[in-house]
Amino acid sequence: MLAKRIIPCLDVKDGRVVKGKQFVQLRDAGDPVELAMFYNGEGADELVFLDISASNEGRNTMVEVVKQVAAKLNIPFTVGGGIRSLENIKTLLRAGADKVSLNSSAVANPGLIKEGADFFGNQCIVCAIDAKWDPKSSTYKVYTHGGQQETQLDAIEWAKKAVELGAGEILLTSMDQDGEKNGFELNVTRKISEAVDVPVIASGGAGKASDFLDAFEEGRADAALAASIFHYRETSVSAVKSFLKQKGVAIR
Amino acid sequence: MIGIVDYGMGNLYSLSQALKRLEQSYIISDEPNELDKTDGLILPGVGAFKDAMALLNEKKLSDYLRTYAQSKPLLGICLGMQLLFDESEEGVLTEGLGLIPGRITRFSGASKEGERYKVPHMGWNTLSFTAPESCLLSGLKPNYVYFVHSYYADLEDPETLIAAADYFGQVPAVVGKGNVFGTQFHPEKSGAFGQALLANYLKFVRQQGGTCSCGKEMC
Repeated sequence: MLAKRIIPCLDVKDGRVVKGKQFVQLRDAGDPVELAMFYNGEGADELVFLDISASNEGRNTMVEVVKQVAAKLNIPFTVGGGIRSLENIKTLLRAGADKVSLNSSAVANPGLIKEGADFFGNQCIVCAIDAKWDPKSSTYKVYTHGGQQETQLDAIEWAKKAVELGAGEILLTSMDQDGEKNGFELNVTRKISEAVDVPVIASGGAGKASDFLDAFEEGRADAALAASIFHYRETSVSAVKSFLKQKGVAIR
Repeated sequence: MIGIVDYGMGNLYSLSQALKRLEQSYIISDEPNELDKTDGLILPGVGAFKDAMALLNEKKLSDYLRTYAQSKPLLGICLGMQLLFDESEEGVLTEGLGLIPGRITRFSGASKEGERYKVPHMGWNTLSFTAPESCLLSGLKPNYVYFVHSYYADLEDPETLIAAADYFGQVPAVVGKGNVFGTQFHPEKSGAFGQALLANYLKFVRQQGGTCSCGKEMC
């Protein structure tokens, strides 16, 4: 049976992992390779690296990080953040990333999804969507630029469009729930998961192990992503996975 | 020496790094002269069947691989596994390498009961071993492996099945015929199990001279 995936997300700035607790197990908690191997050892099914560098130098450093991670890690990983062109996609995939995730650049230029998917296959292209509930229109609106810019796009419609263009997976972050630690936004997760035929990764709001269960059962997500609860050791990947196993969820 | 066939499709870096972790020497090449120096090949691949075959034909690698596989081991991974079969329905019906009988066909996206399911088959799924005696599975117990694919192999000869996954039906995950093997999943991305399976293939290449350790001509 296909397992539900648990995916830790690491924010990388200028080649260093930011946020996160000083793990006693690690010599260097800012080293992306060491953290990747740590999460691999804990049973992570996949990793996401989000490059939050603001400079070109920082982005070039990310390519080096990807190479180093790919040399050691034997599970899949996705790289996102600041990918604007087919050239950027090629560079990261050739450096060893399994998938790239496109967010603002895909909204600005939806053709980039198609270009990437045509060149490398749908499975390499993840469309990341930051969605926020808009009470006025009673829809989920898409936001870009790290959640700072509101667009007129409806998140569900945009997800369908992205899949039509060739996205092989949707990484859905609820801005309403992000950082709140009281569970994933199950309504939009379920709506998008039912609207598209590709896997959906729920993100934003994980606070405890049972939140993941809800994301899979009520939210119909195929995978769930979390950052801070893993980095700050509020729980661990292995603890979440054993909880889910106990509840009868298919878990690796 | 292992040869990774570089015909312009897919990510060779992860695979080459996996070989490095196994301390296996390798070359990456599309030149028959170079590939001739190897004891076994790995045919990777990500993307569309038709594009891959067009590139293999253009580089004169299709006939080369057919001949190579008569005497030396060949392992296809993901799309590389699909290329080993007779033909594929992806896009237009396209002829494959014809080393293992069968046709590559798309997941329908709906179960027999009419339930919709997601395509691609993406993520970690469990294997069941149908030929546990195969050299590729030596010392291994069924485990989770990482799949990403929208098409699967419809086998003509059930004897060629070594391990399968279940995704709204049986999905051939490891196949083999004589010297030729294929994995639909990515061993280089499948954790310790995948690494051990790759190591088993490398061991088979080293022991080469003939058949799989299971003793059968087809395993």
